[in-house]
Amino acid sequence: MKADPAGVLTGVHYLDGDYACGEGAMAAGCRFVAGYPITPSTEVVERISRRFPMMGGTFIQMEDELASMAAVAGAAWTGTKCMTVTSGPGFSLMMENIGLATMMEAPCVVVNVQRGGPSTGLPTMVGQADMMQARWGSHGDYELIALSPQSPQEAFDLTIEAFNLAETWRVPVMFMMDECVGHMTEKVVIPPADQIEIVPRKLTSKPPGEYKPYEVNGRPVPEMVRAGDGYRFHTTGLTHDERGYPVMSVECQEVSVRRLIDKIRLNADQIVRYEEEDVDGAEVVVVAYGITARVTRAGIDLARAQGVKVGFLRLVVVWPFPERRIRELAGKVKAFVVPEINYGQMVLEVERCAGGKAPAVLVPHGGGGVHDPRAICQAIVEAAR
Amino acid sequence: MTEKRPTRTEIRITGFGGQGVVLSGHIIGRACAVNAGMHATMIQSFGPEARGSACSTTLAVSDTEVLYPYIGRPDVFVVMSSEGWEKFGNELKDDGTLVYERDLVKVQPKPGQQAFGVSSTRIAEELGRPIVQNIVMLGFFAAVTRIVPVERMREAVRESVPKGTEELNLKAFDAGVAAFDESYAGGAKAAAPAPVGS
Amino acid sequence: MSTEVETPVRPEEHPIAPYLRMDRMPHIWCPTCGIGTVVKCFATALGEAGVDLDKTAIVSGIGCTGRVAGYMNLDAFHATHGRAIPFATGLKLGRPELEVVVFSGDGDLSGIGGNHFIHAARRNMDLLVILVNNFIYGMTGGQNAPTTPETARSSTMPFGNFERPFNLPHLAASCGATFVSRWTCLHIRRLTACIRTALGRKGFRFIEVIAPCSTLYARLNRLGSGLALMKFYHDNSEIKHGADTREVDIGFQERFICGNFIDQERPTFLDMMHAHYSQVLGDRYVPMKPEGGWLHD
Repeated sequence: MKADPAGVLTGVHYLDGDYACGEGAMAAGCRFVAGYPITPSTEVVERISRRFPMMGGTFIQMEDELASMAAVAGAAWTGTKCMTVTSGPGFSLMMENIGLATMMEAPCVVVNVQRGGPSTGLPTMVGQADMMQARWGSHGDYELIALSPQSPQEAFDLTIEAFNLAETWRVPVMFMMDECVGHMTEKVVIPPADQIEIVPRKLTSKPPGEYKPYEVNGRPVPEMVRAGDGYRFHTTGLTHDERGYPVMSVECQEVSVRRLIDKIRLNADQIVRYEEEDVDGAEVVVVAYGITARVTRAGIDLARAQGVKVGFLRLVVVWPFPERRIRELAGKVKAFVVPEINYGQMVLEVERCAGGKAPAVLVPHGGGGVHDPRAICQAIVEAAR
Repeated sequence: MTEKRPTRTEIRITGFGGQGVVLSGHIIGRACAVNAGMHATMIQSFGPEARGSACSTTLAVSDTEVLYPYIGRPDVFVVMSSEGWEKFGNELKDDGTLVYERDLVKVQPKPGQQAFGVSSTRIAEELGRPIVQNIVMLGFFAAVTRIVPVERMREAVRESVPKGTEELNLKAFDAGVAAFDESYAGGAKAAAPAPVGS
Repeated sequence: MSTEVETPVRPEEHPIAPYLRMDRMPHIWCPTCGIGTVVKCFATALGEAGVDLDKTAIVSGIGCTGRVAGYMNLDAFHATHGRAIPFATGLKLGRPELEVVVFSGDGDLSGIGGNHFIHAARRNMDLLVILVNNFIYGMTGGQNAPTTPETARSSTMPFGNFERPFNLPHLAASCGATFVSRWTCLHIRRLTACIRTALGRKGFRFIEVIAPCSTLYARLNRLGSGLALMKFYHDNSEIKHGADTREVDIGFQERFICGNFIDQERPTFLDMMHAHYSQVLGDRYVPMKPEGGWLHD
């Protein structure tokens, strides 16, 4: 369906990534946000709390991030699209109920404007070191979806995409911004509402009594209902059967957890999204995401000036990872180069998928700033030798 | 391969908190990116920006997409407080342009650097609202740098200031432009500089 | 002379069966546990209060009482440990027409969830919170709780508890709860009436129910059977409506006070939000619809 015009601030704006993310959420139909202030993410909820009262939205500043994520996991069952926003330290606290939302299959969006860590780290400065936490930061085995925007424009566009993916696959979607994109102001074009496609909550057509919350009948994702519609359903963070009733058995664990994983893994081709540039015939392919993707392109320009054939693969959806594409490229390139603002996270995935056919060279950055394009260029030139 | 060399102009604006440093950067960025069809990435420094402490924002303006968002040595340095001058004055490129509040900041530009001073605070006070000092400075900046046509910058001012304050702010902007014309463009003190970043 | 034994009521014919998920019986609680009695009172009160069961949601955390949501024939949510109140807050704000009940234990709501408890009371979030207090962590094997009376033994205070416990009615009251009561699971009629009354009120409503844990609390403290504890409640609970909540703390095997302590009106979080935005934003304010902010074709 098309977006609700009440939430769409159509026009050409000059916005920072945080504000653009907030606008994306409102355009996507988000009408409930629970959050706790934390630099550098707070501007997202500041924007939302200023505009929500005029569009039937409710923002609540909770007592902490545990509560924020729990409230979002609850609100997801009302049909009201919902989101929470944080940065590293808060992301750690949210992990508990991100697990709950994953287990209950409660659609929602979690924005993490990444800063330098560990612990309190660099509150006002950039990091990209929560990428693995986004995937498996909560305990237990699961798969979810994560995206990483490279600009305020994408902070808008991909936030809408994040909500749509959350509805389609009934997972919490991690929106992995970084401080640089969040605090960077650029032109953001917000189209008219009738040009914004949003995925509405799909409710079951079954009547109460016949409906089982986790029955799939061969589909990857079960049908949903809303609290208050008379279904009197039950859901739990415990391992559960089709009725949503706890079952403590190896068999039920196998069926239910396997499905949580398979709904993403087996459908990864529908979810994975990346952009390529000059990959055909490249000696070296650089893989990057978020702000680092832009800085990388500056590094690639420098390397091309030195005659190296460089391709670029930018991760838009970070999880699930484009395994198949990296595997294909591994047979064709001399090496992958992976710059990221950490000491080696997504590079591990590239290395795994390359399967020894091509090395994956990390260009690390400890955080607090972005790479010098010359360092990326140097890594590319060396990898091409 | 005949590729047009991309032009990139780097700007730093400093002042003390409360002077509207960030709004100034925002308006310049908007004028370039929204009103003049260029690319402009603004980064604000996030520090203890309490009223009265040092505050800074940077812009990278380019004909092509800004890939590297931070600046190195600015082409243009707008300075509205002496603390800002002391902290960042050395960064300005050797052939850079210095735009400063001449009643608040004592600058020592290097040979090769061009310096343009304006009494933006006094002009704002004469308009009855010292708060528009930054918009006076912006008008002056627009006239000095011509990074976009002055009228584009003026539009960006109108679109960026709080509703109901447009008239006052545009008056301040025009006063800043006029100050440049009086001190530099018409007089014998300096020839009008070439547009920055070309 | 033969005694004719009446045919016992079949479970599905029990008066509260419609309120329960009978397909989940038998429940997991130990014989003589008090939680089942509280559930019976709650179910009875739901019927007596005439609430729309289709618009009533129940949320539990983790623990013995945390299983209550799973047995109620309502929209039911078994959340994470300590997070029942914020989860319920999301339900309430996402669909304001819902009546949301939080049903959980002392460790869940006042230990790991203590911060959420005080803030929900402070905001006057429109939730009915029923807390079953058995003075101990039951499900994990009898560890010390924030409610364990001084000197009482628990598996992690084997020489007796030396920490000062919470006085929960006073905690709730001092944070702004609009309705505060304490009963034991012996007070079936009074507790049922109390829940019925609370269902008709608005705001953060808190009912503490003292219940026996004979498996752990009674055994570790050599207090006898569940029946002996019920007898203790009978002999030692004093009903004092409107009591000053500062005076209702509970000492180990000492007399304690029950009753309806506070019943007052105060605007809820949503009342305050609507009133405030209506005042400052006027016609520009668009409140969320009672059925929530969901979008559909």
